[in-house]
Amino acid sequence: MYTGQSIKRVDALDKVTGRTKYTDDLCDRKAYIARVLHSTIANGKVLSFDLSEAEKVPGVVKILTCFDVKEKHYFPTAGHPWSTDPGHQDVADRLVLTDRVLFYGDDIAAVVAEDEVAAAQALRLIRVEYEEYPFVLDVQKAMEDGAPLLHENYPNNILKHTTIRNGDYEKAIQEPGLIKVEGWYETPVVQHCHIENFICFAEKEGERITVVSSTQIPHIVRRIVGQALGTGWGNIRVIKPYIGGGFGNKQDILYEPLCAWLSLQVGGHLVKLDVPREETFVCNRTRHSIRNHIISWVRPDGTYAARKLEAFSDQGAYASHGHSICAKGAGAFPQLYPCPNVEVDAYTVFTNKPVAGAMRGYGIPQSMWAVESHTEDVCAAIGADPIEFRRRNLMPVGYTDGFSKNENYFDSFNQCLDKAMKAIDYERKYKEYQNQTGDIRRGIGVAVFWYNTAVWPISLESTSCRMVLNQDGSFQLQLGETEIGQGADTAFAQMAADVVGVPVEKVHVVSCQDTDVTPFGTSAYASRQTYVAGFSIRQTGLQLKEKILDYAHLLTRMPAFNLDIREGNIVRIPDGRVLMNLEELATEALYSLDNSRHITAESTYQVKSNAYSFGCTIAEVEVDIPMCRAKLLNIVNCHDAGKLINPALAEAQVHGGMSMGIGFGLSEKLMFDEKTGRPLNNNLLDYKLSTFLDHPTLKAEFVENAEPTSAFGTKGLGEPPACSPAPAIRNAIYHATGVGVKNAPANPHNLFKAFSEAGLI
Amino acid sequence: MSKQYKQIHCVINGKEREAMVDVRASLTDLLRNDFRLTSVKKGCEVGECGACNVLINGECFNSCIYLAVWADGKEILTLEGLEGPNGEISDIQQAFIDEAAVQCGFCTPGAIMSAVEILNEGRELSDEEIRIRMSGHLCRCTGYENIFRAVKKTMRKRLGLDG
Repeated sequence: MYTGQSIKRVDALDKVTGRTKYTDDLCDRKAYIARVLHSTIANGKVLSFDLSEAEKVPGVVKILTCFDVKEKHYFPTAGHPWSTDPGHQDVADRLVLTDRVLFYGDDIAAVVAEDEVAAAQALRLIRVEYEEYPFVLDVQKAMEDGAPLLHENYPNNILKHTTIRNGDYEKAIQEPGLIKVEGWYETPVVQHCHIENFICFAEKEGERITVVSSTQIPHIVRRIVGQALGTGWGNIRVIKPYIGGGFGNKQDILYEPLCAWLSLQVGGHLVKLDVPREETFVCNRTRHSIRNHIISWVRPDGTYAARKLEAFSDQGAYASHGHSICAKGAGAFPQLYPCPNVEVDAYTVFTNKPVAGAMRGYGIPQSMWAVESHTEDVCAAIGADPIEFRRRNLMPVGYTDGFSKNENYFDSFNQCLDKAMKAIDYERKYKEYQNQTGDIRRGIGVAVFWYNTAVWPISLESTSCRMVLNQDGSFQLQLGETEIGQGADTAFAQMAADVVGVPVEKVHVVSCQDTDVTPFGTSAYASRQTYVAGFSIRQTGLQLKEKILDYAHLLTRMPAFNLDIREGNIVRIPDGRVLMNLEELATEALYSLDNSRHITAESTYQVKSNAYSFGCTIAEVEVDIPMCRAKLLNIVNCHDAGKLINPALAEAQVHGGMSMGIGFGLSEKLMFDEKTGRPLNNNLLDYKLSTFLDHPTLKAEFVENAEPTSAFGTKGLGEPPACSPAPAIRNAIYHATGVGVKNAPANPHNLFKAFSEAGLI
Repeated sequence: MSKQYKQIHCVINGKEREAMVDVRASLTDLLRNDFRLTSVKKGCEVGECGACNVLINGECFNSCIYLAVWADGKEILTLEGLEGPNGEISDIQQAFIDEAAVQCGFCTPGAIMSAVEILNEGRELSDEEIRIRMSGHLCRCTGYENIFRAVKKTMRKRLGLDG
């Protein structure tokens, strides 16, 4: 059995030697270089361009502006599966270049040049005349009557408003003796900061266009480039090499349509569009800033009588993934702490800010910041112990969601809490840090999360797999699911080796994807790669095995039902004798003069289930009150992600998510100038993502309850680790100081405000 | 500024090299474009992320903010230069594999080069010193934890501190 073993990553050797090819490493040097001209106003209209000086720059091939976009093929950008039902299709509100500017950084023109320097020089020489409109940056101000309207068909800038109504909230709050706890909790705009910026290149091959892109979702890119160019989707070929991180930003169509369009404007010549870091922050996607308003009505015995949530999600200028994020976050609210009387109103609202899209956790980190900060506030209000209160109110064993049919099969929350508490010595520290005085204080805090693996039944869960047997008994494994750094290829190889019965080194995962040959799949999002791929790997592996044993029957005369494949050998089950090895069989099968056949298997599995993934974070901090600084001393995450396919890689995945969560809790915030809408810190120096020095040792613990719906007992772990660290840190600061910050991050700016208001400084 | 070229002579990964370089070009451009040493990665091109780090006369630099013309007369070592003639990899590369310190792999080459600089000093660094010395590298996948383990483990092994 390879599943469950910490084998080394299948791509590690190439990555430590520098052999791994990413998009830029594959681009031919003949490529023209494209650079995008971004608007320098937050709302308005481009009236004209003066290109005269820019066109004089030696090396400039062509300058294209929004006025050159004659055929208006509006396209959506969300990396969602297409829906054949028009009512469920993503909002198509983008053009490759636009004259109607909706945020500071919108795409209004592009320079195609022979080299980077010429492109950059020409960009600086383009003069633009705008008609400026008032703009709005605040999510609730954008909803007010009379606010600047971004899209005509969305009154009050509301992209979508959804509600949940369980029981009777108004009646329930009449119960005598209830304690009302109310709070506003807000998370900032943050960015993915994968170290490889988005990059793509495109050229014509025959009458088709090939796009090589740093994407998580090649088959979706193919569809949307087709939509954006107004051509058949089969005319587009998308190649996805190794990518330098994605985290959801690359689960969106970024500049592939523009790059393909630019190539067509220069006769199909190879055009490369490599996005600088500063533009990655602003002109790709961001995480939605969500302002949550929570009211809980609590009985003195520590149970909930009624609860209410209002969530205002800042979409930025275009729809992208839209309301899906806010809806997911808000949907967690009634599930995490079930209560019979709940009202939820979730709004996603356009503002003149960069476009928010998918980012690791898809609304849950924002929701957990609010819900778990609020849980702590509730505990403080009624004098409850934070752990005991959670144990009492969290989603119980047997809880089933009516929509997804997801069930909480195990006592995962309590098991995770127990393990994390032990790992960090919680009980002792919690008592020790009570009632401190002085400038330097320590605290310990907890937060839990819930995360849905995959997206059934909201949208399609289709996974396809192909296995092709080679002469030496090895086989290629191809999947629509993508390796984006998380280690998916290694997990796939382990699962395939177990199903077929070969040594894992006999499985060659085809990592580079090409929509002309890769089986269809909607790829990397929703923490679904290992879960969904497991189904098609198992199904296809069994088919391949059946074909191999069928051929073994021809060669050995033994009945197939008495044969098995073990460690690459054909074994007769009753006596365990090795009859031949797979290499002999495969070679004979290809070259036999009597019965030649190419042994392959291919199948699609449509997944119609989904799984809850659970976990918690406990964080310990030291707070310097006069300096308004919180230092993280210890942190542990504990997850129930079902059976781990590769424990070492699972641990590594948790470390990365914790790091992102630590940045979300303590330091990250993309800022904008209130007067102009201009981004203020869109670079890796001024935007504070966690560094080597901002982390203590990261501890990852696991509870492995085999997920019964899963092909290999496993479920989502990609996004979950990023969901609970930030509120755990916030709650630790609360424990240390008695001050609960409402707005993430708990950086000195926000702590100064909170400590001042509390009279601590 | 118009194009100007200058001839430089340097040693790259142990081999004597000559090149005509655009005086505006960075060392990253030279290594990637002229010598196809694509382990040298571009993450920011302004010296913030560390993905392009290489050793110059034994000292680690962000090659993106080091002009190619300055490489004249210098010895440059990139990740490709760590590999032995028969494809053998170094202890620190093996440690990155063993400790699961590699995920997307984009920051890996630069991080390994900083680790090489540290390890070549041949002395024991405290945990805090290792963190400070590696802090010029931004990584969004690993949380730095396993990179730290790989560096520390290799350091201790080289110094014979683990018996």
